[in-house]
Amino acid sequence: MKKRSVIDVLDLSVEELDQLVATANDIIAHPDDYAHACDRKKLATLFYEPSTRTRMSFEAAMYELGGHVISMAGANSSSAAKGESVADTAKTVSCYTDIIAIRHPKEGAALVAANNASIPVINAGDGGHCHPTQTLADLLTIYREKQTFSGLTIGVCGDLKFGRTVHSLLNAMSRYPDNKFVLISPEELKVPSYVKQDALKSKNLPYEQTTDLEAAMPKLDILYMTRVQRERFFNEEDYLRLKDSYILTPEKLRTAKSDLSILHPLPRVNEISVAIDDDPRAAYFKQVLNGKFMRMALILKLLKEAGTL
Amino acid sequence: MNIDPIQNGVVIDHITAGKGMRLLQLLKLDETDLSVALIKNVVSSKRGKKDIIKIDADIPVNLDLVAYVDPGATVNIIRGGQLVEKRQMEMPELLVDVIACKNPRCITSTEQELKQIFRLSDRKNKIYRCLYCETKAEK
Ligand SMILES: [Zn+2]
Repeated sequence: MKKRSVIDVLDLSVEELDQLVATANDIIAHPDDYAHACDRKKLATLFYEPSTRTRMSFEAAMYELGGHVISMAGANSSSAAKGESVADTAKTVSCYTDIIAIRHPKEGAALVAANNASIPVINAGDGGHCHPTQTLADLLTIYREKQTFSGLTIGVCGDLKFGRTVHSLLNAMSRYPDNKFVLISPEELKVPSYVKQDALKSKNLPYEQTTDLEAAMPKLDILYMTRVQRERFFNEEDYLRLKDSYILTPEKLRTAKSDLSILHPLPRVNEISVAIDDDPRAAYFKQVLNGKFMRMALILKLLKEAGTL
Repeated sequence: MNIDPIQNGVVIDHITAGKGMRLLQLLKLDETDLSVALIKNVVSSKRGKKDIIKIDADIPVNLDLVAYVDPGATVNIIRGGQLVEKRQMEMPELLVDVIACKNPRCITSTEQELKQIFRLSDRKNKIYRCLYCETKAEK
């Protein structure tokens, strides 16, 4: 059996994504069937920086599969503080667990772990580089809200320059047919040209770029919001001038489709008004739950492929 | 201008004019005691001007590095005054410990003894990216 790791969402083929979505849907429909799927198996969570929500999601996922969790919590505890390398930690942890979820502030750390572990490794975020299970959560949410990955007009809004979850989502959704993309951001935070090239232009996909969220609103089937951070701007004036344009309020939603789905990778600060939380179109808390189900599906898949299950 | 033919050694030919010095430095030939000649702006029948590096010693040359800096170059191995091997450069899929990642957020900046690996991500535009963080190699 071959050990397989997931560092980038693009490590998974479209067929594999479809299978993961199908598994997650089956878990949601028949949770009892999976309650002992990972009996006596252990997940190691190696979190070199705090990300409580991601760690809790992985841990909840493993517990719901009947498995156990061993944690190395915090960058200033245990081996990380002693200066042990990621490579050595991955080798050591492979000796007493079955699968690893790693979060690390440095880009590429998850690949180093995967290259040295003898068990599957899931990237739970490596700096600003990749966060594949976030994209899996996004995809399951889109599927459950729309029952399809095709023929959708997908708006992404906010910080499209540094927001890697947006880049991964564009890359993932560009692999399905007949989708249109609307890229909504201030001039300063547009999607980088290499992302547009890889995800959209090279496949001749229709897209438009705009700075105007309200004008784009009526077309959208999906609206993926991200935060516009103060520190991304050169001066305070520009930030203050622009920030309100990219905050979602009930007023801005007036022209939206009645079956729009609003997603956000969370945590939010103020970019979605809490007044929208009770709107049936708000899907961002369902997205959190969907993240757990996709992590369950991914853990199952990798343990099966590794021959552990 | 003439430089005596070498008996045993390496001639790196067809270097794009102007890239010879950089290649010489990257191969650390400027730091050796060997007899090394850099001939710049030689008029070549095929492609205008070129640079040539001659090394009067049979030393191993990092072909990946040559291919990375100048894929149009050729490396000729000379023994007993005869050309025994002529190697066309081809851009390697992987560059291992040839160049270093400059991204301060890359794991290679903190993880000890990690090999610096760059992968050819775009052959047409000669773009290499760090295997770990996918940052583009600077040319
Ligand atoms: Zn790097």
